[in-house]
Amino acid sequence: MTAPLSWRKVGGRTVHFLVLAFFTVALAFPFFWMLVAAFKQNIDLYTVENNPFKFNLPPTLDHIRLLFGQTRFVRWLGNTALVGGIVVAITLLLALPAAYALTRLTGRWGERLGIAIFLTYLIPPTLLFIPLSRVVALLGLQDTIWSVVLVYPSMTIPFSIWLLMGFFKSIPKELEDAAMVDGLTRFGAFVRMVVPISVSGILTVVIFSFTLVTQEFVYALTFISPESNQMIGVGIPIFLVRGDVYFWGSLMAACLIASLPIAVLYNMFLDRFIAGFTVGSVK
Amino acid sequence: MAVTSPKIKSIGAAKSPLLGTAMFAPSVLYIVLLIGVPFTLAVLYAFSDARIGSTSFRFVGLENFRSILHSPSFRKALRNSIVFTLAAQVVVIVCSNILSIALEKPFRGRGFVRFLILLPWVAPVSLGTIGWKWLLDSIYSVFTWVLVALHFYKPYSAPMWLGEPHLAMASVILVHCWRLIPFSTVIMLAGRSAIPKEIPEAAAIDGAGFWRTLFQINIPIMTPILSVAVLFGIIFTFTDMTVVYILTAGGPFDSTQTLPSLAFATGIQGSDLAAGAAISLFLVPVLVAVAYLMLRLAHRAEVV
Repeated sequence: MTAPLSWRKVGGRTVHFLVLAFFTVALAFPFFWMLVAAFKQNIDLYTVENNPFKFNLPPTLDHIRLLFGQTRFVRWLGNTALVGGIVVAITLLLALPAAYALTRLTGRWGERLGIAIFLTYLIPPTLLFIPLSRVVALLGLQDTIWSVVLVYPSMTIPFSIWLLMGFFKSIPKELEDAAMVDGLTRFGAFVRMVVPISVSGILTVVIFSFTLVTQEFVYALTFISPESNQMIGVGIPIFLVRGDVYFWGSLMAACLIASLPIAVLYNMFLDRFIAGFTVGSVK
Repeated sequence: MAVTSPKIKSIGAAKSPLLGTAMFAPSVLYIVLLIGVPFTLAVLYAFSDARIGSTSFRFVGLENFRSILHSPSFRKALRNSIVFTLAAQVVVIVCSNILSIALEKPFRGRGFVRFLILLPWVAPVSLGTIGWKWLLDSIYSVFTWVLVALHFYKPYSAPMWLGEPHLAMASVILVHCWRLIPFSTVIMLAGRSAIPKEIPEAAAIDGAGFWRTLFQINIPIMTPILSVAVLFGIIFTFTDMTVVYILTAGGPFDSTQTLPSLAFATGIQGSDLAAGAAISLFLVPVLVAVAYLMLRLAHRAEVV
Protein backbone atom coordinates (compact mmCIF):
# COMPACT_ATOMS: atom_id res chain seq x y z
CA MET A 1 0.00 0.00 0.00
CA THR A 2 2.92 2.34 0.60
CA ALA A 3 4.20 2.13 -2.95
CA PRO A 4 2.58 4.68 -5.27
CA LEU A 5 -0.29 3.14 -7.20
CA SER A 6 0.37 2.87 -10.88
CA TRP A 7 -2.42 3.71 -13.34
CA ARG A 8 -2.46 0.13 -14.41
CA LYS A 9 -3.17 -0.99 -10.87
CA VAL A 10 -5.88 1.58 -10.33
CA GLY A 11 -7.44 0.56 -13.63
CA GLY A 12 -7.30 -3.09 -12.64
CA ARG A 13 -8.98 -2.38 -9.34
CA THR A 14 -11.71 -0.36 -10.98
CA VAL A 15 -12.43 -3.14 -13.45
CA HIS A 16 -12.43 -5.66 -10.60
CA PHE A 17 -14.89 -3.55 -8.64
CA LEU A 18 -17.14 -2.93 -11.66
CA VAL A 19 -17.26 -6.61 -12.59
CA LEU A 20 -18.21 -7.62 -9.05
CA ALA A 21 -20.74 -4.80 -8.73
CA PHE A 22 -22.37 -5.66 -12.05
CA PHE A 23 -22.77 -9.37 -11.30
CA THR A 24 -23.84 -8.86 -7.70
CA VAL A 25 -26.57 -6.43 -8.73
CA ALA A 26 -27.69 -8.53 -11.70
CA LEU A 27 -27.88 -11.76 -9.71
CA ALA A 28 -29.38 -10.42 -6.47
CA PHE A 29 -31.74 -7.88 -8.03
CA PRO A 30 -34.83 -10.14 -8.27
CA PHE A 31 -34.61 -10.74 -4.52
CA PHE A 32 -34.21 -7.05 -3.79
CA TRP A 33 -37.26 -6.47 -5.96
CA MET A 34 -39.23 -9.04 -3.95
CA LEU A 35 -38.34 -7.13 -0.80
CA VAL A 36 -39.55 -3.85 -2.28
CA ALA A 37 -42.81 -5.31 -3.58
CA ALA A 38 -43.52 -7.05 -0.28
CA PHE A 39 -43.89 -3.73 1.54
CA LYS A 40 -45.48 -1.51 -1.10
CA GLN A 41 -49.13 -0.53 -1.02
CA ASN A 42 -51.18 -1.90 -3.91
CA ILE A 43 -51.95 1.54 -5.33
CA ASP A 44 -48.24 2.26 -5.37
CA LEU A 45 -47.43 -1.09 -7.03
CA TYR A 46 -50.10 -0.84 -9.68
CA THR A 47 -49.71 2.75 -10.83
CA VAL A 48 -47.62 2.60 -13.97
CA GLU A 49 -46.46 6.21 -13.73
CA ASN A 50 -44.99 5.80 -10.23
CA ASN A 51 -41.24 5.55 -9.94
CA PRO A 52 -40.88 1.87 -8.93
CA PHE A 53 -37.54 2.50 -7.20
CA LYS A 54 -39.02 4.49 -4.35
CA PHE A 55 -41.93 4.26 -1.95
CA ASN A 56 -44.44 6.74 -3.33
CA LEU A 57 -46.77 5.85 -0.46
CA PRO A 58 -45.74 4.76 3.03
CA PRO A 59 -44.71 1.08 3.34
CA THR A 60 -47.36 -1.39 4.49
CA LEU A 61 -47.53 -4.76 6.21
CA ASP A 62 -50.81 -5.67 4.48
CA HIS A 63 -49.23 -8.21 2.14
CA ILE A 64 -47.51 -10.04 4.99
CA ARG A 65 -50.75 -10.03 7.00
CA LEU A 66 -52.69 -11.40 4.02
CA LEU A 67 -50.04 -14.05 3.48
CA PHE A 68 -50.09 -15.35 7.04
CA GLY A 69 -53.77 -14.71 7.75
CA GLN A 70 -55.69 -15.58 4.62
CA THR A 71 -53.60 -18.03 2.64
CA ARG A 72 -52.28 -21.56 3.27
CA PHE A 73 -48.70 -20.25 3.36
CA VAL A 74 -48.00 -21.43 6.92
CA ARG A 75 -49.54 -24.80 6.15
CA TRP A 76 -47.25 -25.18 3.13
CA LEU A 77 -44.23 -24.28 5.23
CA GLY A 78 -45.32 -26.97 7.72
CA ASN A 79 -45.86 -29.57 4.99
CA THR A 80 -42.44 -28.83 3.54
CA ALA A 81 -40.71 -29.04 6.91
CA LEU A 82 -42.47 -32.34 7.70
CA VAL A 83 -41.62 -33.91 4.34
CA GLY A 84 -38.08 -32.55 4.61
CA GLY A 85 -37.63 -34.12 8.04
CA ILE A 86 -38.90 -37.54 6.99
CA VAL A 87 -36.90 -37.53 3.74
CA VAL A 88 -33.74 -36.61 5.64
CA ALA A 89 -34.35 -39.51 8.04
CA ILE A 90 -34.93 -42.03 5.23
CA THR A 91 -31.89 -40.74 3.35
CA LEU A 92 -29.56 -41.07 6.34
CA LEU A 93 -30.91 -44.49 7.25
CA LEU A 94 -30.22 -45.86 3.78
CA ALA A 95 -27.26 -43.81 2.54
CA LEU A 96 -25.01 -44.02 5.61
CA PRO A 97 -24.63 -47.82 5.66
CA ALA A 98 -24.52 -47.96 1.87
CA ALA A 99 -21.74 -45.40 1.62
CA TYR A 100 -19.74 -47.13 4.35
CA ALA A 101 -20.15 -50.50 2.71
CA LEU A 102 -19.08 -49.18 -0.68
CA THR A 103 -15.97 -47.46 0.67
CA ARG A 104 -14.77 -50.09 3.13
CA LEU A 105 -16.29 -53.51 2.69
CA THR A 106 -16.58 -54.21 -0.98
CA GLY A 107 -13.18 -53.52 -2.47
CA ARG A 108 -12.63 -52.11 -5.92
CA TRP A 109 -16.06 -52.69 -7.43
CA GLY A 110 -17.63 -50.79 -4.54
CA GLU A 111 -16.12 -47.66 -6.04
CA ARG A 112 -17.57 -48.58 -9.45
CA LEU A 113 -21.02 -49.18 -7.98
CA GLY A 114 -20.67 -45.85 -6.17
CA ILE A 115 -20.11 -44.07 -9.47
CA ALA A 116 -23.05 -45.94 -11.02
CA ILE A 117 -25.27 -44.80 -8.13
CA PHE A 118 -23.99 -41.25 -8.53
CA LEU A 119 -24.96 -41.33 -12.20
CA THR A 120 -28.58 -42.08 -11.30
CA TYR A 121 -28.57 -38.61 -9.72
CA LEU A 122 -28.40 -37.30 -13.29
CA ILE A 123 -31.76 -38.88 -14.20
CA PRO A 124 -34.17 -35.97 -13.96
CA PRO A 125 -37.75 -35.90 -12.60
CA THR A 126 -38.94 -34.80 -16.03
CA LEU A 127 -38.06 -38.25 -17.37
CA LEU A 128 -39.81 -40.22 -14.64
CA PHE A 129 -42.78 -38.13 -13.54
CA ILE A 130 -45.27 -39.68 -15.97
CA PRO A 131 -44.81 -43.33 -14.91
CA LEU A 132 -44.32 -42.31 -11.28
CA SER A 133 -47.65 -40.49 -11.32
CA ARG A 134 -49.28 -43.88 -12.09
CA VAL A 135 -47.22 -45.67 -9.44
CA VAL A 136 -48.22 -43.06 -6.87
CA ALA A 137 -51.89 -43.35 -7.88
CA LEU A 138 -51.71 -47.15 -7.72
CA LEU A 139 -50.33 -46.98 -4.17
CA GLY A 140 -53.16 -44.62 -3.19
CA LEU A 141 -50.72 -41.83 -2.31
CA GLN A 142 -51.96 -39.32 -4.87
CA ASP A 143 -52.77 -35.85 -3.51
CA THR A 144 -51.05 -36.55 -0.19
CA ILE A 145 -47.63 -35.45 0.98
CA TRP A 146 -46.72 -39.16 1.29
CA SER A 147 -46.33 -39.30 -2.47
CA VAL A 148 -43.33 -37.00 -2.34
CA VAL A 149 -42.07 -38.60 0.89
CA LEU A 150 -41.83 -41.82 -1.09
CA VAL A 151 -40.24 -40.38 -4.21
CA TYR A 152 -37.81 -37.73 -2.94
CA PRO A 153 -35.35 -40.17 -1.34
CA SER A 154 -34.73 -41.54 -4.83
CA MET A 155 -33.25 -38.11 -5.61
CA THR A 156 -31.41 -37.57 -2.32
CA ILE A 157 -29.92 -41.04 -1.73
CA PRO A 158 -27.61 -41.23 -4.80
CA PHE A 159 -25.89 -37.90 -4.21
CA SER A 160 -25.76 -38.48 -0.45
CA ILE A 161 -24.03 -41.83 -0.89
CA TRP A 162 -21.52 -40.11 -3.16
CA LEU A 163 -20.89 -37.32 -0.64
CA LEU A 164 -20.52 -39.74 2.26
CA MET A 165 -18.18 -42.04 0.31
CA GLY A 166 -15.83 -39.10 -0.12
CA PHE A 167 -16.13 -38.46 3.57
CA PHE A 168 -15.55 -42.03 4.78
CA LYS A 169 -12.46 -42.35 2.60
CA SER A 170 -10.79 -39.67 4.73
CA ILE A 171 -11.34 -41.58 7.99
CA PRO A 172 -8.27 -43.68 8.93
CA LYS A 173 -8.94 -47.42 8.81
CA GLU A 174 -6.94 -47.95 12.02
CA LEU A 175 -9.79 -46.44 13.97
CA GLU A 176 -12.16 -49.28 13.12
CA ASP A 177 -9.41 -51.86 13.46
CA ALA A 178 -8.77 -50.64 16.99
CA ALA A 179 -12.49 -50.75 17.78
CA MET A 180 -12.73 -54.29 16.45
CA VAL A 181 -9.71 -55.40 18.46
CA ASP A 182 -11.62 -54.04 21.47
CA GLY A 183 -14.36 -56.53 20.71
CA LEU A 184 -16.80 -54.60 18.54
CA THR A 185 -18.16 -56.26 15.42
CA ARG A 186 -17.60 -54.58 12.05
CA PHE A 187 -21.14 -53.23 12.14
CA GLY A 188 -20.70 -52.20 15.75
CA ALA A 189 -17.54 -50.30 14.83
CA PHE A 190 -19.49 -48.52 12.10
CA VAL A 191 -22.33 -47.53 14.44
CA ARG A 192 -20.26 -46.65 17.52
CA MET A 193 -17.07 -45.24 16.00
CA VAL A 194 -17.54 -44.14 12.40
CA VAL A 195 -20.98 -42.52 12.60
CA PRO A 196 -20.19 -40.34 15.63
CA ILE A 197 -17.03 -38.87 14.08
CA SER A 198 -18.82 -38.26 10.77
CA VAL A 199 -21.08 -35.55 12.18
CA SER A 200 -20.02 -32.95 9.62
CA GLY A 201 -20.54 -35.36 6.71
CA ILE A 202 -23.95 -36.30 8.09
CA LEU A 203 -24.86 -32.65 8.53
CA THR A 204 -23.93 -32.02 4.89
CA VAL A 205 -26.30 -34.77 3.80
CA VAL A 206 -29.04 -33.41 6.07
CA ILE A 207 -28.79 -29.93 4.56
CA PHE A 208 -28.47 -31.24 1.01
CA SER A 209 -31.54 -33.47 1.33
CA PHE A 210 -33.63 -30.87 3.10
CA THR A 211 -32.87 -28.11 0.60
CA LEU A 212 -33.54 -30.48 -2.29
CA VAL A 213 -36.99 -31.14 -0.83
CA THR A 214 -37.68 -27.40 -0.64
CA GLN A 215 -36.44 -26.80 -4.19
CA GLU A 216 -38.23 -29.63 -6.00
CA PHE A 217 -41.10 -28.59 -8.22
CA VAL A 218 -41.98 -31.16 -10.89
CA TYR A 219 -42.97 -34.14 -8.69
CA ALA A 220 -44.90 -32.00 -6.22
CA LEU A 221 -46.78 -30.33 -9.08
CA THR A 222 -47.60 -33.68 -10.70
CA PHE A 223 -48.60 -35.72 -7.65
CA ILE A 224 -50.45 -33.25 -5.41
CA SER A 225 -53.43 -31.14 -6.40
CA PRO A 226 -55.33 -30.05 -3.24
CA GLU A 227 -54.28 -26.60 -2.08
CA SER A 228 -53.84 -27.54 1.57
CA ASN A 229 -51.44 -30.44 0.86
CA GLN A 230 -49.01 -28.41 -1.24
CA MET A 231 -45.31 -28.06 -0.76
CA ILE A 232 -43.91 -24.54 -0.58
CA GLY A 233 -42.30 -24.57 -4.04
CA VAL A 234 -45.61 -25.32 -5.78
CA GLY A 235 -48.03 -23.65 -3.38
CA ILE A 236 -46.57 -20.17 -3.82
CA PRO A 237 -46.29 -19.95 -7.62
CA ILE A 238 -49.49 -21.88 -8.40
CA PHE A 239 -51.93 -21.34 -5.55
CA LEU A 240 -51.24 -17.76 -4.49
CA VAL A 241 -52.63 -16.76 -7.87
CA ARG A 242 -56.42 -16.46 -7.84
CA GLY A 243 -57.80 -17.06 -11.28
CA ASP A 244 -55.73 -14.75 -13.40
CA VAL A 245 -55.13 -12.25 -10.62
CA TYR A 246 -51.65 -12.06 -9.20
CA PHE A 247 -51.31 -10.69 -5.66
CA TRP A 248 -47.79 -9.55 -6.37
CA GLY A 249 -47.15 -8.06 -2.92
CA SER A 250 -47.98 -11.26 -1.00
CA LEU A 251 -46.46 -13.42 -3.70
CA MET A 252 -43.12 -11.62 -3.48
CA ALA A 253 -43.21 -11.61 0.33
CA ALA A 254 -43.82 -15.38 0.27
CA CYS A 255 -40.95 -15.99 -2.15
CA LEU A 256 -38.55 -13.99 -0.05
CA ILE A 257 -39.58 -15.44 3.31
CA ALA A 258 -39.35 -19.00 2.00
CA SER A 259 -36.12 -18.49 0.04
CA LEU A 260 -33.88 -16.76 2.53
CA PRO A 261 -33.57 -19.43 5.26
CA ILE A 262 -33.00 -22.11 2.62
CA ALA A 263 -30.42 -19.94 0.90
CA VAL A 264 -28.55 -19.30 4.15
CA LEU A 265 -28.47 -23.00 5.02
CA TYR A 266 -27.34 -24.06 1.58
CA ASN A 267 -24.71 -21.35 1.45
CA MET A 268 -23.12 -22.59 4.67
CA PHE A 269 -22.56 -26.07 3.24
CA LEU A 270 -21.95 -25.10 -0.35
CA ASP A 271 -18.25 -25.93 -0.48
CA ARG A 272 -18.95 -29.52 0.54
CA PHE A 273 -21.65 -29.97 -2.11
CA ILE A 274 -19.29 -28.58 -4.70
CA ALA A 275 -16.65 -31.08 -3.68
CA GLY A 276 -19.24 -33.74 -4.50
CA PHE A 277 -20.23 -32.16 -7.80
CA THR A 278 -16.68 -32.00 -9.11
CA VAL A 279 -16.54 -35.82 -9.36
CA GLY A 280 -12.94 -35.94 -8.23
CA SER A 281 -11.63 -33.68 -10.98
CA VAL A 282 -10.37 -31.29 -8.31
CA LYS A 283 -8.04 -32.78 -5.75
CA MET B 1 -26.42 -52.50 -11.38
CA ALA B 2 -26.65 -56.29 -11.20
CA VAL B 3 -24.67 -57.53 -8.23
CA THR B 4 -23.77 -61.16 -8.66
CA SER B 5 -22.32 -63.18 -5.85
CA PRO B 6 -19.49 -64.93 -7.79
CA LYS B 7 -18.10 -61.50 -8.53
CA ILE B 8 -17.90 -60.73 -4.82
CA LYS B 9 -15.99 -63.92 -4.09
CA SER B 10 -13.52 -63.38 -6.87
CA ILE B 11 -12.21 -60.17 -5.32
CA GLY B 12 -9.88 -60.84 -2.45
CA ALA B 13 -9.76 -57.24 -1.30
CA ALA B 14 -13.36 -57.40 -0.11
CA LYS B 15 -13.28 -57.69 3.63
CA SER B 16 -16.85 -58.51 4.54
CA PRO B 17 -18.74 -58.91 1.30
CA LEU B 18 -21.84 -60.31 3.00
CA LEU B 19 -22.17 -57.50 5.52
CA GLY B 20 -21.27 -55.02 2.78
CA THR B 21 -24.00 -56.30 0.51
CA ALA B 22 -26.51 -56.22 3.35
CA MET B 23 -25.58 -52.60 4.09
CA PHE B 24 -25.94 -51.21 0.59
CA ALA B 25 -28.73 -53.47 -0.67
CA PRO B 26 -31.58 -51.31 0.76
CA SER B 27 -30.29 -48.22 -1.07
CA VAL B 28 -29.83 -50.10 -4.33
CA LEU B 29 -33.31 -51.57 -3.95
CA TYR B 30 -34.81 -48.11 -3.37
CA ILE B 31 -33.06 -46.75 -6.44
CA VAL B 32 -34.08 -49.71 -8.59
CA LEU B 33 -37.72 -49.48 -7.47
CA LEU B 34 -38.07 -45.71 -7.81
CA ILE B 35 -35.74 -44.97 -10.72
CA GLY B 36 -35.18 -48.24 -12.58
CA VAL B 37 -38.80 -49.42 -12.58
CA PRO B 38 -40.32 -46.03 -13.56
CA PHE B 39 -37.75 -45.69 -16.31
CA THR B 40 -38.73 -49.11 -17.69
CA LEU B 41 -42.39 -48.08 -17.40
CA ALA B 42 -41.65 -44.88 -19.33
CA VAL B 43 -40.24 -46.96 -22.17
CA LEU B 44 -43.23 -49.34 -22.07
CA TYR B 45 -45.70 -46.44 -22.04
CA ALA B 46 -44.01 -44.86 -25.02
CA PHE B 47 -44.84 -47.93 -27.12
CA SER B 48 -48.39 -48.27 -25.80
CA ASP B 49 -51.72 -46.46 -25.80
CA ALA B 50 -51.81 -45.74 -22.03
CA ARG B 51 -54.03 -42.85 -20.95
CA ILE B 52 -55.08 -41.46 -17.59
CA GLY B 53 -58.55 -42.78 -16.70
CA SER B 54 -58.43 -45.70 -19.08
CA THR B 55 -57.49 -49.28 -18.31
CA SER B 56 -56.66 -50.16 -21.89
CA PHE B 57 -53.02 -50.99 -22.41
CA ARG B 58 -52.03 -52.20 -25.85
CA PHE B 59 -48.70 -52.02 -27.56
CA VAL B 60 -48.87 -49.81 -30.59
CA GLY B 61 -45.29 -50.04 -31.75
CA LEU B 62 -43.80 -46.81 -33.00
CA GLU B 63 -47.21 -45.14 -33.40
CA ASN B 64 -46.57 -42.55 -30.63
CA PHE B 65 -43.20 -41.62 -32.02
CA ARG B 66 -44.62 -41.30 -35.51
CA SER B 67 -47.36 -38.95 -34.37
CA ILE B 68 -45.16 -36.76 -32.18
CA LEU B 69 -42.50 -36.46 -34.86
CA HIS B 70 -45.21 -35.09 -37.13
CA SER B 71 -46.49 -32.59 -34.59
CA PRO B 72 -45.24 -29.01 -35.00
CA SER B 73 -45.35 -28.50 -31.21
CA PHE B 74 -42.87 -31.31 -30.74
CA ARG B 75 -40.49 -29.99 -33.35
CA LYS B 76 -40.57 -26.57 -31.74
CA ALA B 77 -40.01 -28.11 -28.32
CA LEU B 78 -37.05 -30.13 -29.54
CA ARG B 79 -35.52 -27.12 -31.24
CA ASN B 80 -36.13 -24.88 -28.21
CA SER B 81 -34.63 -27.39 -25.79
CA ILE B 82 -31.45 -27.48 -27.85
CA VAL B 83 -31.33 -23.72 -28.43
CA PHE B 84 -32.01 -22.87 -24.77
CA THR B 85 -29.42 -25.34 -23.53
CA LEU B 86 -26.64 -24.26 -25.89
CA ALA B 87 -27.28 -20.52 -25.59
CA ALA B 88 -27.39 -20.71 -21.80
CA GLN B 89 -24.14 -22.71 -21.60
CA VAL B 90 -22.22 -20.21 -23.74
CA VAL B 91 -23.36 -17.23 -21.67
CA VAL B 92 -22.86 -19.07 -18.40
CA ILE B 93 -19.32 -20.22 -19.18
CA VAL B 94 -18.17 -16.75 -20.24
CA CYS B 95 -19.81 -14.97 -17.31
CA SER B 96 -18.84 -17.47 -14.64
CA ASN B 97 -15.25 -17.46 -15.83
CA ILE B 98 -15.08 -13.69 -15.44
CA LEU B 99 -16.91 -13.77 -12.14
CA SER B 100 -14.74 -16.52 -10.68
CA ILE B 101 -11.60 -14.53 -11.49
CA ALA B 102 -13.10 -11.49 -9.76
CA LEU B 103 -14.11 -13.51 -6.70
CA GLU B 104 -10.81 -15.31 -6.31
CA LYS B 105 -8.81 -12.54 -4.66
CA PRO B 106 -9.80 -11.88 -1.06
CA PHE B 107 -11.45 -8.53 -0.36
CA ARG B 108 -13.49 -7.05 2.43
CA GLY B 109 -17.09 -8.29 2.44
CA ARG B 110 -16.32 -11.23 0.13
CA GLY B 111 -18.45 -13.65 2.13
CA PHE B 112 -21.52 -11.44 1.86
CA VAL B 113 -20.94 -10.70 -1.83
CA ARG B 114 -20.61 -14.44 -2.43
CA PHE B 115 -23.93 -15.03 -0.63
CA LEU B 116 -25.70 -12.42 -2.78
CA ILE B 117 -24.19 -13.87 -5.95
CA LEU B 118 -25.24 -17.38 -4.94
CA LEU B 119 -28.86 -16.50 -4.16
CA PRO B 120 -30.25 -17.49 -7.57
CA TRP B 121 -28.81 -20.97 -7.22
CA VAL B 122 -29.54 -21.66 -3.55
CA ALA B 123 -33.09 -20.26 -3.43
CA PRO B 124 -35.86 -22.59 -4.67
CA VAL B 125 -35.99 -22.31 -8.45
CA SER B 126 -39.77 -21.94 -8.66
CA LEU B 127 -39.66 -18.95 -6.28
CA GLY B 128 -36.81 -17.22 -8.08
CA THR B 129 -38.67 -17.67 -11.35
CA ILE B 130 -41.84 -16.12 -9.93
CA GLY B 131 -39.66 -13.14 -8.98
CA TRP B 132 -38.69 -12.87 -12.65
CA LYS B 133 -42.30 -13.11 -13.70
CA TRP B 134 -42.92 -9.94 -11.72
CA LEU B 135 -39.82 -8.26 -13.14
CA LEU B 136 -41.01 -9.10 -16.67
CA ASP B 137 -44.71 -8.34 -16.09
CA SER B 138 -46.54 -7.08 -19.17
CA ILE B 139 -47.62 -3.82 -17.48
CA TYR B 140 -45.65 -3.30 -14.28
CA SER B 141 -42.22 -4.51 -15.40
CA VAL B 142 -39.43 -2.40 -13.93
CA PHE B 143 -37.48 -2.80 -17.19
CA THR B 144 -40.39 -1.32 -19.10
CA TRP B 145 -40.55 1.59 -16.67
CA VAL B 146 -36.83 2.31 -17.07
CA LEU B 147 -37.03 2.13 -20.86
CA VAL B 148 -40.03 4.47 -20.90
CA ALA B 149 -38.31 6.85 -18.48
CA LEU B 150 -35.29 6.91 -20.79
CA HIS B 151 -37.63 7.63 -23.74
CA PHE B 152 -36.82 4.44 -25.63
CA TYR B 153 -40.52 3.68 -25.74
CA LYS B 154 -43.71 5.66 -25.32
CA PRO B 155 -45.83 4.69 -22.31
CA TYR B 156 -47.91 1.52 -22.95
CA SER B 157 -46.08 0.74 -26.21
CA ALA B 158 -43.11 -1.10 -24.72
CA PRO B 159 -42.69 -4.76 -25.72
CA MET B 160 -44.36 -7.49 -23.66
CA TRP B 161 -41.35 -9.45 -22.46
CA LEU B 162 -43.15 -12.75 -22.07
CA GLY B 163 -45.83 -12.13 -24.68
CA GLU B 164 -43.79 -12.04 -27.89
CA PRO B 165 -42.15 -15.25 -29.15
CA HIS B 166 -38.54 -14.06 -29.50
CA LEU B 167 -38.55 -11.98 -26.34
CA ALA B 168 -40.13 -14.85 -24.42
CA MET B 169 -37.39 -17.19 -25.65
CA ALA B 170 -34.74 -14.68 -24.64
CA SER B 171 -36.39 -14.33 -21.23
CA VAL B 172 -36.31 -18.08 -20.62
CA ILE B 173 -32.62 -18.20 -21.59
CA LEU B 174 -31.94 -15.20 -19.35
CA VAL B 175 -33.53 -16.86 -16.32
CA HIS B 176 -31.61 -20.09 -16.95
CA CYS B 177 -28.36 -18.12 -17.14
CA TRP B 178 -29.27 -16.17 -14.02
CA ARG B 179 -29.77 -19.41 -12.14
CA LEU B 180 -26.73 -21.28 -13.48
CA ILE B 181 -24.04 -18.58 -13.32
CA PRO B 182 -23.66 -18.87 -9.52
CA PHE B 183 -23.40 -22.66 -9.66
CA SER B 184 -20.87 -22.58 -12.46
CA THR B 185 -18.91 -19.82 -10.70
CA VAL B 186 -18.41 -21.80 -7.50
CA ILE B 187 -17.41 -24.90 -9.47
CA MET B 188 -14.78 -22.82 -11.27
CA LEU B 189 -13.63 -21.23 -8.03
CA ALA B 190 -13.01 -24.73 -6.73
CA GLY B 191 -11.05 -25.45 -9.91
CA ARG B 192 -9.01 -22.26 -9.65
CA SER B 193 -8.00 -22.93 -6.09
CA ALA B 194 -6.52 -26.19 -7.36
CA ILE B 195 -4.14 -24.47 -9.80
CA PRO B 196 -0.69 -24.49 -8.17
CA LYS B 197 0.36 -20.89 -7.59
CA GLU B 198 3.89 -21.54 -8.91
CA ILE B 199 2.78 -22.13 -12.49
CA PRO B 200 1.22 -18.71 -13.18
CA GLU B 201 4.06 -17.09 -11.24
CA ALA B 202 6.68 -18.82 -13.35
CA ALA B 203 4.76 -17.81 -16.47
CA ALA B 204 4.68 -14.19 -15.29
CA ILE B 205 8.44 -14.24 -14.76
CA ASP B 206 8.82 -15.60 -18.28
CA GLY B 207 6.87 -12.60 -19.50
CA ALA B 208 3.43 -14.10 -20.14
CA GLY B 209 0.67 -11.49 -19.96
CA PHE B 210 -2.85 -11.82 -18.57
CA TRP B 211 -4.38 -13.22 -21.77
CA ARG B 212 -1.57 -15.65 -22.49
CA THR B 213 -1.68 -16.94 -18.94
CA LEU B 214 -5.44 -17.29 -19.26
CA PHE B 215 -5.46 -19.16 -22.56
CA GLN B 216 -2.27 -21.18 -22.33
CA ILE B 217 -2.16 -22.02 -18.65
CA ASN B 218 -5.37 -21.44 -16.74
CA ILE B 219 -7.88 -22.70 -19.28
CA PRO B 220 -5.99 -25.92 -20.09
CA ILE B 221 -5.58 -26.71 -16.40
CA MET B 222 -9.21 -25.86 -15.84
CA THR B 223 -10.57 -28.00 -18.68
CA PRO B 224 -11.74 -30.90 -16.48
CA ILE B 225 -13.52 -28.61 -14.05
CA LEU B 226 -14.91 -26.54 -16.91
CA SER B 227 -16.32 -29.76 -18.35
CA VAL B 228 -17.98 -30.60 -15.05
CA ALA B 229 -19.65 -27.17 -14.98
CA VAL B 230 -20.82 -27.51 -18.58
CA LEU B 231 -22.07 -31.09 -18.17
CA PHE B 232 -24.14 -30.24 -15.10
CA GLY B 233 -25.30 -27.06 -16.81
CA ILE B 234 -26.52 -29.06 -19.79
CA ILE B 235 -28.45 -31.45 -17.55
CA PHE B 236 -29.98 -28.65 -15.49
CA THR B 237 -31.14 -26.67 -18.53
CA PHE B 238 -32.08 -29.47 -20.90
CA THR B 239 -34.21 -31.36 -18.41
CA ASP B 240 -35.71 -28.33 -16.64
CA MET B 241 -39.42 -27.73 -16.73
CA THR B 242 -39.85 -25.33 -13.81
CA VAL B 243 -38.54 -22.15 -15.41
CA VAL B 244 -40.56 -22.53 -18.60
CA TYR B 245 -43.70 -23.73 -16.85
CA ILE B 246 -43.82 -20.79 -14.44
CA LEU B 247 -42.53 -18.08 -16.73
CA THR B 248 -44.50 -18.75 -19.93
CA ALA B 249 -46.15 -22.20 -19.62
CA GLY B 250 -44.63 -22.85 -23.06
CA GLY B 251 -46.39 -19.90 -24.66
CA PRO B 252 -46.97 -17.72 -26.57
CA PHE B 253 -48.05 -20.24 -29.25
CA ASP B 254 -45.60 -22.96 -28.14
CA SER B 255 -42.71 -20.57 -28.82
CA THR B 256 -40.98 -21.45 -25.52
CA GLN B 257 -42.20 -25.04 -25.23
CA THR B 258 -39.41 -27.47 -24.31
CA LEU B 259 -39.37 -31.27 -24.26
CA PRO B 260 -40.09 -31.52 -20.50
CA SER B 261 -42.83 -28.88 -20.54
CA LEU B 262 -44.45 -30.47 -23.60
CA ALA B 263 -44.24 -33.90 -21.94
CA PHE B 264 -46.06 -32.44 -18.91
CA ALA B 265 -48.68 -30.69 -21.03
CA THR B 266 -49.30 -33.86 -23.07
CA GLY B 267 -48.86 -36.60 -20.50
CA ILE B 268 -50.31 -35.09 -17.32
CA GLN B 269 -52.53 -32.16 -18.32
CA GLY B 270 -53.61 -33.83 -21.57
CA SER B 271 -53.93 -37.31 -19.99
CA ASP B 272 -52.00 -38.91 -22.86
CA LEU B 273 -49.43 -40.83 -20.82
CA ALA B 274 -48.09 -42.69 -23.85
CA ALA B 275 -47.30 -39.62 -25.93
CA GLY B 276 -45.94 -37.78 -22.86
CA ALA B 277 -43.60 -40.66 -22.06
CA ALA B 278 -42.48 -40.83 -25.67
CA ILE B 279 -41.64 -37.11 -25.64
CA SER B 280 -39.67 -37.35 -22.41
CA LEU B 281 -37.66 -40.27 -23.80
CA PHE B 282 -36.05 -37.79 -26.17
CA LEU B 283 -34.11 -36.54 -23.13
CA VAL B 284 -32.32 -39.88 -22.86
CA PRO B 285 -29.67 -39.52 -25.61
CA VAL B 286 -28.40 -36.30 -24.04
CA LEU B 287 -28.38 -37.87 -20.57
CA VAL B 288 -26.46 -40.88 -21.84
CA ALA B 289 -23.89 -38.66 -23.55
CA VAL B 290 -23.43 -36.57 -20.40
CA ALA B 291 -23.14 -39.66 -18.22
CA TYR B 292 -20.51 -41.10 -20.56
CA LEU B 293 -18.45 -37.90 -20.46
CA MET B 294 -18.76 -37.75 -16.66
CA LEU B 295 -17.48 -41.30 -16.40
CA ARG B 296 -14.50 -40.42 -18.54
CA LEU B 297 -13.76 -37.44 -16.32
CA ALA B 298 -14.07 -39.51 -13.16
CA HIS B 299 -11.87 -42.19 -14.67
CA ARG B 300 -9.20 -39.67 -15.60
CA ALA B 301 -9.30 -38.17 -12.12
CA GLU B 302 -8.74 -41.66 -10.71
CA VAL B 303 -5.76 -42.40 -12.93
CA VAL B 304 -3.94 -39.10 -12.43
